Amino acid sequence: MAKSDTPLLDELEKGKWPSFVKDMKQAAQKSPMAEDLLRQLELSYKDKIGHWKHGGIVGVKGYGAGVIGRYSDRPDLFPNVQAFHTMRVNHPTGWFYKTDALRNLCDVWDKHGSSLTNMHGATGDVILLGTKTEHLQSCFDDLSAAGFDLGGSGSALRTPSACVGPGRCEWACVDSLDVCYNLTMHYQDKMHRPMFPYKFKIKVSACANDCVASIARSDFSVIGTWKGDIQINQKEVLAYAVSAINIQTEVCDLCPTKCMEWNGKELKIYNEDCTRCMHCINLMSKALRPGKERGATILVGGKAPIVQGALLSWVIVPFMKLEPPYTELKDLIDRIQDWWDEHGKSRERLGELITRLGMRVFLRAVGLPAVPQMVKAPRTNPYVFFWPEEIQKEVK
Amino acid sequence: MPQIELAGKKYEVDEDGFLQELDKWNEEFAQAYAHTEDIEGTLTEEHWKLINYLRNYYQQFGIAPMIRKICKDLGIDMKKLYELFPTGPAKGACKLAGLSKPTGCV
Ligand code: HEM
Ligand code: HEM
Ligand code: SF4
Ligand code: SF4
Repeated sequence: MAKSDTPLLDELEKGKWPSFVKDMKQAAQKSPMAEDLLRQLELSYKDKIGHWKHGGIVGVKGYGAGVIGRYSDRPDLFPNVQAFHTMRVNHPTGWFYKTDALRNLCDVWDKHGSSLTNMHGATGDVILLGTKTEHLQSCFDDLSAAGFDLGGSGSALRTPSACVGPGRCEWACVDSLDVCYNLTMHYQDKMHRPMFPYKFKIKVSACANDCVASIARSDFSVIGTWKGDIQINQKEVLAYAVSAINIQTEVCDLCPTKCMEWNGKELKIYNEDCTRCMHCINLMSKALRPGKERGATILVGGKAPIVQGALLSWVIVPFMKLEPPYTELKDLIDRIQDWWDEHGKSRERLGELITRLGMRVFLRAVGLPAVPQMVKAPRTNPYVFFWPEEIQKEVK
Repeated sequence: MPQIELAGKKYEVDEDGFLQELDKWNEEFAQAYAHTEDIEGTLTEEHWKLINYLRNYYQQFGIAPMIRKICKDLGIDMKKLYELFPTGPAKGACKLAGLSKPTGCV
């Protein structure tokens, strides 16, 4: 393709960052779909408007989810992207592949689609960008033969996703990979056959380092944590002090709850005030380790801006032991989804429903006790609504 | 707009095959269209029950009902829904019932 076709997009290739334009041009050399995609995007930049139509409903047999329909609003100019559907493919937990699996995946996509991929999307899934309606079923069949399945989309349980956890990381407080895989297999029906008012996302972080990934991006966040004291090796603390870091300024002063003391010889942690944020452990991984009793904090309600504004998940279970087959966790998810499905309006996320009906209604419905850790904004609004009968009890 | 011909009549549909002129819907349309949604042979009483339910709801409220409501009102579960309409309630059932396409980006 001549360079002059896309002068606006060419700007995005300048500078030292990787550029999706470069990738798309490469794909355009063998894929007419990718070529029309480039040209349509150039027109969008010129017209300052997206040239895709609003939504589309396509799918494969037996599934109501996994394919997102897209059509160009200028098929006269860009016939090869008249239909340009996205397939969401369930990623292997932790994103571990053998290279032959990746080659297989790309071969399938070269055969059926634009050859453009997004590894991996914000949802965690493998995003295969751009195929035609008549290729959907055969592409799905080829994906299945290669051992892959579609993920969630639309008003379904979205593909659960997790940090790499114990696969590579010594800080993992829970087996995020196993939790994620177990939930994925357990909830196949809810993923493939949308039945909810809107999307529902589950993300598992095995420690607080990845907390934003789960609290900002999922309705149901699982974050690994511990009970009891951080394990300290004072000899190693000293070694850090001598050779590597300024413990006062870099560790103690940056502890969010200021619960650490350093006298030049010994580090003291007031564990009752520690919020288990991981900061000190990150800086001195040889000297400090998470406490011995491991489990997870469960939070709910996170979502991105659409409809009513962004929410971050907040705590509903301060500590839950997570051991296979994760019955307690699944029971809680089921109770929550059931309540949301029963009361939620169309396109209302869990966090919005709790905001609308109130936390006390939610807690009673899912059978959780109110505990101080649930107070969402303790510094600005520590108030809790009690049920009238609870107030009665106190009066007597 | 693409056109399709079913049982001798022409219909305007959108690119996903959803009927554009809602008042043109009739039972022959649904029956003749069924095979494109992986339903073999004649539509059964159970199919019609769902199709008529969707049409009534749509006429009353102007939108398609939520899945949970369908299941509750008709006393069927998700498994049964997909047995009847293998391409799902949103795509298969709404299309045969002649409802306008459920909108939304994702
Ligand atoms: C007005 C139009 C659009 C809106 C409001 C919109 C909105 C969104 C939203 C809210 C998501 C996140 C969904 C989720 O994670 O559950 C999303 C994801 C996505 N959208 Fe769109 N979208 C639009 C148009 C498009 C178009 C035209 C395309 C492609 C041709 C597209 C491709 C995608 C893909 C591939 C994802 C998944 C990305 C990932 O999981 O990382 N979208 N979109
Ligand atoms: C630098 C800017 C931005 C970044 C990096 C970003 C990133 C993301 C990511 C990663 C997601 C997916 C979250 C998930 O996994 O659920 C998302 C979702 C979304 N974003 Fe953004 N975003 C940005 C700006 C915006 C803006 C400006 C808007 C709207 C005005 C927006 C609207 C949305 C919506 C509606 C969703 C889907 C939310 C949901 O339904 O959960 N984003 N964004
Ligand atoms: S979130 Fe924690 S456990 Fe998971 S990979 Fe990151 S540091 Fe390791
Ligand atoms: S984990 Fe965080 S809050 Fe706890 S002692 Fe370390 S820095 Fe402070």
